[in-house]
Amino acid sequence: MNWGSAADFFAMGGYGLYVWGSYAVTAVCIAIELVSLARRRRAAGGPS
Amino acid sequence: MSSATREALPQGITWFKYAAPQTFFPLAGALAPWFAAIAVVLFVAGLYIGFFVAPTDAQQGEAYRIIFIHVPAAWMSMLIYLVMAFWAGVGLAFNTRLSHMMASALAPTGALFTFLALWTGALWGKPTWGTWWAWDARMTSELLLLFLYFGFMALQAAIDDPRRADKAGAVLALVGVINIPIIYFSVKWWNTLHQGASVSLKSAPTMATTMLTGMLVMVFACWAYAIAAALWRVRCIILERERRSDWVRDYLGAGR
Repeated sequence: MNWGSAADFFAMGGYGLYVWGSYAVTAVCIAIELVSLARRRRAAGGPS
Repeated sequence: MSSATREALPQGITWFKYAAPQTFFPLAGALAPWFAAIAVVLFVAGLYIGFFVAPTDAQQGEAYRIIFIHVPAAWMSMLIYLVMAFWAGVGLAFNTRLSHMMASALAPTGALFTFLALWTGALWGKPTWGTWWAWDARMTSELLLLFLYFGFMALQAAIDDPRRADKAGAVLALVGVINIPIIYFSVKWWNTLHQGASVSLKSAPTMATTMLTGMLVMVFACWAYAIAAALWRVRCIILERERRSDWVRDYLGAGR
């Protein structure tokens, strides 16, 4: 285990902004793609 | 396809059955949830290995943990382009509608991974190199890849006739393939700020085993995700383009 506490985990050794900035934007992009796929599917008349 | 090649193929092969949008549509719908489920499991496993099993890097501290999304995203950006260009080429050669639809379905997901490779690269570059961006060969050619994806999508969207849009997009996709080896070998051919490959087929990886494991699990997670997203999108494209056909009318009618 690398982390002594939750605060340690979120701090990422001082690189929290860079590490979490990478993963958060990845998660947001995937969420946007999935939502837009669901909308496109509904717009095409398919079952949602 | 000429009649000679058709006769040379083994009889009774069911492969070509799925070249028709009508038969591929339910197959894609059946497969996509499985790939999505595999992606979820592998993302959880890969992130667990990446954050809780893989040790702190001796040189970069915790900043290196961006690798678990950066390298998979960068590999996917190139791989999806190659697959997209492959389907575009098949579509041009055999005039198969579904091949062009597959190429169109892959482009947005490819653009997404290209953007993520650039974004995570900037966030990794700042703490390790001291800069968000440099116009070196690796980064510039990856940015060009993003513009190739955008160009492909914009060109297809700009042409009303779907068959002409397919062909124009396919030509663009095939010409753009030249950029893929340039991206891949850029760190060898030119003196780049970007480091050389840590993982190659010819030599042992210059990474700790748990780091490599976490990264490869994330690569497979991204593969599964990209396949699921492309299958879902190709189903949308099939419904949109074939909406006047009898089978789509029956399908949509039955769903109501």
